[in-house]
Amino acid sequence: MSDVYGIMAEFKSAQHIYEATGKLRDVGFKKWDTYTPFPVHGLDKQMGIGRSHVPWITLLGGITGFTTGVLITWYMNQHDYPLVVGGKPYWSMIYPFPVFYELTILFSAFGAFFGQFLLNMLPQHYHPAFNSEQFERATDNAFFVLIEARDPLYDEQRTRALLEQVGAFNITLVNK
Amino acid sequence: MAHAADDSLRDRPAVLAKVKPLTTLPRRPLVLNNRDFHWITDKICRIVEDPAPKWWWVCMLVSLFIASFLGVGLLWLVSTGVGVWGLRAPVFWGWDIVNFVWWIGIGHAGTLISAILCLLRQKWRTAINRSAEAMTIFAVMCAGIFPLFHVGRVWLAWWLFPIPNSEAIWPNFHSPLEWDVFAVSTYFTVSVLFWYMGMIPDLGTLRDRAVKTWRKYFYGVLAMGWRSSTRHWRNYEMAYLLLAGLSTPLVLSVHTVVSFDFAASLLPGWHTTIFPPYFVAGAIFSGFGMVLTLVLPLRTMFKLQDLITQHHIDCMCKIILATGSMVGYAYSMEFFIAWYSGNPNEGFTFINRAFGQYGWAYWIMISCNVISPQLFWFRKVRENIALVFIITLFVNCGMWFERFVIISTSLANDFLPSSWGYYSPSIVDIFTFFGTMGFFSALFLMFARFLPMLPIAEVKHVMPQADPHWHPEGHEEEAHAPLVASVAGKGGRS
Repeated sequence: MSDVYGIMAEFKSAQHIYEATGKLRDVGFKKWDTYTPFPVHGLDKQMGIGRSHVPWITLLGGITGFTTGVLITWYMNQHDYPLVVGGKPYWSMIYPFPVFYELTILFSAFGAFFGQFLLNMLPQHYHPAFNSEQFERATDNAFFVLIEARDPLYDEQRTRALLEQVGAFNITLVNK
Repeated sequence: MAHAADDSLRDRPAVLAKVKPLTTLPRRPLVLNNRDFHWITDKICRIVEDPAPKWWWVCMLVSLFIASFLGVGLLWLVSTGVGVWGLRAPVFWGWDIVNFVWWIGIGHAGTLISAILCLLRQKWRTAINRSAEAMTIFAVMCAGIFPLFHVGRVWLAWWLFPIPNSEAIWPNFHSPLEWDVFAVSTYFTVSVLFWYMGMIPDLGTLRDRAVKTWRKYFYGVLAMGWRSSTRHWRNYEMAYLLLAGLSTPLVLSVHTVVSFDFAASLLPGWHTTIFPPYFVAGAIFSGFGMVLTLVLPLRTMFKLQDLITQHHIDCMCKIILATGSMVGYAYSMEFFIAWYSGNPNEGFTFINRAFGQYGWAYWIMISCNVISPQLFWFRKVRENIALVFIITLFVNCGMWFERFVIISTSLANDFLPSSWGYYSPSIVDIFTFFGTMGFFSALFLMFARFLPMLPIAEVKHVMPQADPHWHPEGHEEEAHAPLVASVAGKGGRS
């Protein structure tokens, strides 16, 4: 196996990378990624990747939070230690509602926050893209495309030519 | 009628030709002077990377000195007992709860900017949302100190949470104070998560620019290996949107629950249904006041005028004006309902608020909260930075007095005249409150020095050149052509 991870190419602007990404998607690459200093609107659709699954994890968190709220208030104020306060019922779905509400939000937020890390596989402090010297500008003002060598359509010469054709410059190989 | 309508339709072009209206109003740019992406990165990162300016050290030392009063106040309280505060019958809620509500209210503007304005697609929020969120977190920390120490035996404060303990008892969930524990701790946690997640791309920027090893490690660990991949942005943006969506009902609920502390009691002046919306409006009002109080000096000191523009200041002033008017409306509505209810205790409470022993505080509140923001109707006032700064100080001050008026008047003069009293704070109360100001400023100064004070990626995101369909030439035409055409009386695009 060679120790080439993939081929990295730079683009001049958000507009350039957006157009080039559409063309690369039509070629049929699967193991590739684009890097932009800010989220370029619609670039994920342009790459042909689907909708994020973070909402499902958030929903799961919300359901967990709500159930936790219902169970703890019932267990603590009705089951384990019944407390008479102002002649009110020991437990109902109504009076502790603020507790359910806050716990729903808290656990949903955990779902969104940790779901994002989980789906992005972060923290990941090593990634071959960081081996490229120019890559540190990806968080400043540079736009990159990285096509991995394990993509079935990858071929060093032809991919390089293709990237040049769609307007890339600074085309370099990235090592593992 | 139909005839008249036809006439007016026929007349329209002629009228338009005469008055020459603008067909499209140009949007005010969010970043001035045609700055590019690199300039923004550099400008914001340099605040962190350059050596601390002298004024920063001076402010930091002053803040730490003031914060030491907090230490003294709390030490005094813990070593002696809650009796050192000015709480005496009949007033058992004094400055502590006033300060708690004041600080937590200040926090609300941060969440409003980061969550509600995000959902409303108010792009101008990007320049100020990071510092406003930091303000939220530090304000909630200051707020938390008061109820935490008011429990008396602060080492048992964990009993507030439903944690199994040797007494085998549980919290009483009937109490709004227990709801408050959940609301405030959730609010703090979610605000920290939202703040940190928003910062990850910018921490990546700081990591990539770092030269010194400790910086590389410090920001590298915090950035979680962020590499600004589109596959990541997709999940990140979704999570960001969801957190904004979750923070919106959260921020409204927090001050609602805080107002329940009062509204769920039976005291005249507290037992009212207007409290939740009125508290939320007041919270946002005071929070924007504090955002401007913090941002205006930093904008000048760090020369951020191209990023935090007059447009941003205008928008914030208008929100202060709107929420200040809502608060003013709530004050008058409270009076009306007190009269309309026909309840003599309610009626007395409100007359007593304005003309009783705390009348002086009431009129400070009215002049700071209702009158002073009305100046923001005038563009000249909004463009006078020094005046805006002074008005925001009035707003901060007025909102503190609002809570003082609500709490003291209702407690000091309740149902039984024989038990009436007059509340005034002790020196320990004053020390503690004064100290939280220093604690807050010290935290904020640390934030400004060590973390990206403006969201770098988000500011770039709202610039016109970040739009994938923007073209430099086409854009120029689009922005100016209709204007020029309509002024010339031709109309339409060429």
